[in-house]
Amino acid sequence: MTTVANPEYAIDVRGLNKRFGEKHVVRDVSLRVRRGEIFGFLGPNGSGKTTTIRMVCGLLKPDAGSGTCLGHDIVREREAIKRKVGYMTQRFSFWEDLSIAENLDFVARMYEIPHRKEAVRHAIDTLGLASRARQLAGTLSGGWKQRMALAACMLHQPSLLLLDEPTAGVDPRARRDFWDELQSLAAQGISVLVSTHYMDEAVRCHKLAYIAYGKLLAQGSADEVIASQRLSTWAIHGERLSALQEELRSRPGVEQTVTFGDALHVSGTDAGLLEGTVRAAAGVDGRSCEPVETSLEDVFIYLMGKTPDNSGGTA
Amino acid sequence: MRRPHTGSKTGFSPMRWWSMVLKEFTQLKRDRLTFAMIVGIPIMQTALFGYAINTNPKHLDTAIISADSTDITRSFIAAMQNSSYFKMVGTLPNEAAGREALARGKVLFVVNIPAGFTRQLLRGERPALLIEADATDPTATGSALAAVSGIAQSVIDREIAGPLSNLHGSPAPFSVRVHQLYNPDNITQYFVVPGLTGMVLTLTMVLMTGLAITRERERGTMENLLAMPATPLEVMTGKLVPYIGIGLIQATIILLAARYVFRVPFFGNIGAVYLSALLFIAANLTVGITFSSLARNQLQAVQLGIFFFLPNIMLSGFMFPFKGMPGWAQALGNLLPLTYFLRLIRGILLKGNGWTDSWPNVWPMMVFTVVLMLVASITYRKTLD
Ligand SMILES: Nc1ncnc2c1ncn2[C@@H]1O[C@H](COP(=O)(O)OP(=O)(O)O)[C@@H](O)[C@H]1O
Ligand SMILES: [Mg+2]
Repeated sequence: MTTVANPEYAIDVRGLNKRFGEKHVVRDVSLRVRRGEIFGFLGPNGSGKTTTIRMVCGLLKPDAGSGTCLGHDIVREREAIKRKVGYMTQRFSFWEDLSIAENLDFVARMYEIPHRKEAVRHAIDTLGLASRARQLAGTLSGGWKQRMALAACMLHQPSLLLLDEPTAGVDPRARRDFWDELQSLAAQGISVLVSTHYMDEAVRCHKLAYIAYGKLLAQGSADEVIASQRLSTWAIHGERLSALQEELRSRPGVEQTVTFGDALHVSGTDAGLLEGTVRAAAGVDGRSCEPVETSLEDVFIYLMGKTPDNSGGTA
Repeated sequence: MRRPHTGSKTGFSPMRWWSMVLKEFTQLKRDRLTFAMIVGIPIMQTALFGYAINTNPKHLDTAIISADSTDITRSFIAAMQNSSYFKMVGTLPNEAAGREALARGKVLFVVNIPAGFTRQLLRGERPALLIEADATDPTATGSALAAVSGIAQSVIDREIAGPLSNLHGSPAPFSVRVHQLYNPDNITQYFVVPGLTGMVLTLTMVLMTGLAITRERERGTMENLLAMPATPLEVMTGKLVPYIGIGLIQATIILLAARYVFRVPFFGNIGAVYLSALLFIAANLTVGITFSSLARNQLQAVQLGIFFFLPNIMLSGFMFPFKGMPGWAQALGNLLPLTYFLRLIRGILLKGNGWTDSWPNVWPMMVFTVVLMLVASITYRKTLD
């Protein structure tokens, strides 16, 4: 199979497969990430996100499938990919017994960055790390660690960032700052593939992919992903919603019930059947109901419910 | 309804204690290497101490320079052999060949029967036999040499009879002169302290490199390294260089102590000692790298290191005389680089061995290093697979 580099795509991989022993961890995953795009990668724990990202950047060899990353073949041109990609691992993987400045300096040398000292100082300043530059990385809090990791994988000015759950364990304020930073990078033409569990982050992505059990279940813009599942959703307000939720679960047409604050969202693929059920159930006890647009979160919960739980199982 | 908690909160709770015990057992059961150590170490130690180690070594390799072969000299050789301390492995043409065999450690003793020995004996001139011994390790040769006078007496009692009876009396009809080479005063430290270099280098090089690389994997920083453009060769050699320096510092400390505290004689070339140390460090680093790719975490790296270290002290001739061990133990010992390094450094320092005497101990270490380097580069994982 020939892999013709398409300059339009930062990542263009087809039919990726990976097995670990008996476990088929990634099944026929194809992804296309345009240049300058923030691409969100979602899915439950153990669904194969990290494994897919590792294959994209050449850290794992796919058992089957092919593709390019920044125009380079993901199997044959790993070394070229490594030079152009910034990869932030899921687990903090810098040296905890080195300071921020020492870590950055090491990375800068690894990439043979010209004007190294300046580049490191610049990275420290732009990410606001100056006050902690001499602190050992191991003693930093989650938010600072994540900022340092981002600084380190930006040092060599990559044109693609692969970020594996970069905001796990980071407080909301730092998360927002981090995403502001990502958006300004994307505006400069840098492509970003980011895996996340947070809905507020998913909605900030230009494109999304949802993976479960190693299989890609949906891909596209948020609207496309929502539309693809053909769900209708009703919101019910009123008293004793948790009792109602129990009751509705087994009713015809109801495929999913989720509580959002003071509203109960009820979704199903058969709009007519769902409407009848919801109206009949909600019309008592002074509860009100109305059709609402299916949200991304409804869809993701729906997708997650469609497949058995696969977090760390041996399936 | 939940049952209220019984038992005091601060006192000793058998229930809590038992759950701790159970948890520990469950974890132990899962840790196969620890399990292997629990069973393996006593078995290994029992086998080594029970069968391999012998502090009263027998059947020690002995060569003969015979310029006089008669019934009496043959009887003396036979008596030596029968004492079970000496094992005759061959004859040598002259004294130079004898010295060389001793220098290279091929034999521990050379029996030199001078020309005209029997004739002088018969004339009552009371001649002397010469036994030269490699006394670098006093423990190895001590008991054998102590047996020599008894052997001589038994030969005299048996052979000097009939018409020769008049030769009996004092002094004896012939004497045995023992010449202890290299460590004539039998100072154990001369033997032990240079060997310490090898023991310390084995321990630190194997453990430190084993840990250095598994640490990167255990902490997840290996993934980061692999994602950067560095090649495996750069990563490995870059990581190892500091340990070469550490090894040389350790060797220097021990050598300084040997020279100035224990007054060990330095007959050979100190440059040769350092070259040997470098080669030996290289051999141990390859062991460390191999262990680090086998071990899944730092604990396992340490356990593998201990597994390697134990036979090294026992079978290399560091603690117990190499020649005193049975053949299978010597064969195992011959697979360990420490065995060769000990012979090398003791040979250079105590015997003043030069290049040709040292070579037989140099090439095995080179082969060892190259083979393990191949193993290490095969087992080194370039990707995370
Ligand atoms: N090196 C490995 N060896 C064996 N199994 C692995 C390895 N890496 C990941 N897995 C398994 O593959 C599955 C997917 O893991 P991962 O890609 O990390 O998922 P995610 O990042 O979506 O949480 C999990 O079941 C995990 O246990
Ligand atoms: Mg992951």
